Amino acid sequence: MSVLNEQPLVVADPDIPVEKRRRRQRPRYVKGTRPGWFIYACLGIVLAASVFPFYWSLLIGSGTSYTIRDPNMSWLPGGNFFSNAAKVINDPAVNFWVALWNSIISSGLIALSVVFFSTLAGWAFAKLKFKGSSFLLVFVIATMAVPTQLGVVPLYILFSDLGWTGQLGAIIIPALVSAFGVFWMTQYLRQAVPDELIEAARVDGASSFRTFLTVGLPAARPAAAMLALFTFVSAWNNFFWPFIVLDRQNPTLPVALSLLQSNYFVDYSIVLAGVLLATIPLLILFMFAGKQLVSGIMQGAVKG
Amino acid sequence: MTTPTSAPAQAPASAKTRSTPRTSKRIGFGGRASAWDLKLSPYLYISPFFILFFIVGLFPLGYTAVISFMDWDLVRNSGEFVGFDQYIAVVNDPKFWVALRNTFSIFLLSSVPQLIAAVFIAALLDQNIRAKTFWRMGVLLPYVMAPVAVALIFSNMFGDQYGIINTWLGNFGIEPIKWHSNAFASHIAIATMVNFRWTGYNTLILLAAMQAIPRDYYEAATVDGASKTRQFFAITMPSLRPTLIFVIITSTIGGLQIFDEPRMYDQYGTGGANNQWLTITLWLYDIGWGRWDFGRAAALAWILFLIILVIGVINLFVTQGLVRDEGSRNALSKRQIRAAQRRARDAVAADRAASHDPDPTRNTESTEVSR
Repeated sequence: MSVLNEQPLVVADPDIPVEKRRRRQRPRYVKGTRPGWFIYACLGIVLAASVFPFYWSLLIGSGTSYTIRDPNMSWLPGGNFFSNAAKVINDPAVNFWVALWNSIISSGLIALSVVFFSTLAGWAFAKLKFKGSSFLLVFVIATMAVPTQLGVVPLYILFSDLGWTGQLGAIIIPALVSAFGVFWMTQYLRQAVPDELIEAARVDGASSFRTFLTVGLPAARPAAAMLALFTFVSAWNNFFWPFIVLDRQNPTLPVALSLLQSNYFVDYSIVLAGVLLATIPLLILFMFAGKQLVSGIMQGAVKG
Repeated sequence: MTTPTSAPAQAPASAKTRSTPRTSKRIGFGGRASAWDLKLSPYLYISPFFILFFIVGLFPLGYTAVISFMDWDLVRNSGEFVGFDQYIAVVNDPKFWVALRNTFSIFLLSSVPQLIAAVFIAALLDQNIRAKTFWRMGVLLPYVMAPVAVALIFSNMFGDQYGIINTWLGNFGIEPIKWHSNAFASHIAIATMVNFRWTGYNTLILLAAMQAIPRDYYEAATVDGASKTRQFFAITMPSLRPTLIFVIITSTIGGLQIFDEPRMYDQYGTGGANNQWLTITLWLYDIGWGRWDFGRAAALAWILFLIILVIGVINLFVTQGLVRDEGSRNALSKRQIRAAQRRARDAVAADRAASHDPDPTRNTESTEVSR
């Protein structure tokens, strides 16, 4: 259980104050020492490897069912992407628009709710003193090591008792809170808000809740945005539980994609056109928020 | 701890105490309300999380344990107590051992090369390159693609007959590999999907850790005449250890649960005709929602959890050995630090009681503990 809770503390290095860490790493590079072409060549290969599967699905998805078997396959996309995509969208078994809508709604609601509850609890854990706080925090962190599989059977029984199987609520409700979110916000708020500020607010007569609203919330904003982003992406991509509890008429995008293969297991041009279609929303998100994702991962690593 | 100020009435806690009128902000009144506010409000903040967490997180966890000791009847929606029968049945099923082997095989094939690649790429990104953000985003791009989508693309690329991988191998004169019928080959294909999606993510974590290494170390090493390679193995790698272990543990927890990729590796999703790529979670799905045997599925879920725990505890022991080996900053353990803190606080309190010294607390604590 206590696998995870030790780790981030080691990584986080709480002994070194943030300012000190920053100061120490400033003289990172000697000026004028740009690396040679070899580094760029290696990075180019890595980039090619991470882009190639996207390009491959465009290549096959814009061809015909014959393209994959064609020994003289062209390395340029064909002209059939839109007709293939239309086949995916119009396939009555796939329910593409329903799936897209469900994915947007469920991921959005989950992200909002996780951020809300995590900020509230994270503020208490990071900045307020109360009995049992350290025990409860360790407990929350420990549960991050518990696999999803451990809860699915009773959750399924619960939701079928309620008659909610196949409903979107069945995938939203279990994801409304996340232990990781609480941990993340606690770590961030601990170093983002100086205790003196809270003390000052209190001396000025602000209640605990008002202090949270005026001091905690503004400070939490950057971390909350990142948490929302990560929660959204992982909710969007989640497959195991939605696949169990949702039915074919009311899927999310990954569930719809999985149906695509069982229908057209021969025609990969349509399967991969569907894959691309389902990935486009997240590619758009990545274009706008990719930078935040990068810095979120890197900050998370340093802070824990 | 009490403060002499009063609290405005909109605070959830103080709203309960009627003695504070709504507009009262005068200093000196409502001290009791404020004390209650301070004491109660933390619990109010954490309770929404814990209430929900109990319902959707903890209750199912415990209930799974209950169900795992039962023969669950779907029609009656209740179970009959059967003791450890389900666990025994799981362990005696040869499929379990096949699934366990496959899960570990895929896990090792995905985590080991992935870590090596991630360290290597992170070292590349740690250079003084141009357009840093561009390269970092490029590395992370696969992360936004759903595992299901990744699996669909790769199972096409790893096609036995017309897959591009076999075409490429053919160009080098290598016989086509049976990516689906050969168990080990299918593990490689599935591990490749995992690696594709997660290498970049772990690269960025390691990159962040590399950038936290003080540059003075490298300067000193350069002055001493150490080569770049030597510096990498003597400075970078040891400093990365805690982060590496963190990455290993998280990828263990995730990797042993693998479901999406093997599920989508062919159109049937049952792990192959001879269970070549049947994993534990894939089997769990089949037991639970193919054969509708919830009791056994619950038992398998607990077995999976225990396996993850065992691996985690092993990791933890290895970790502690390694971290101590690296030389922790203060030779004291966390418990010792806490004890020292407590002692210092007591001493200060006693001191203050004796001499009315205003506030030496902070200084004493920090000299005692930090560094």
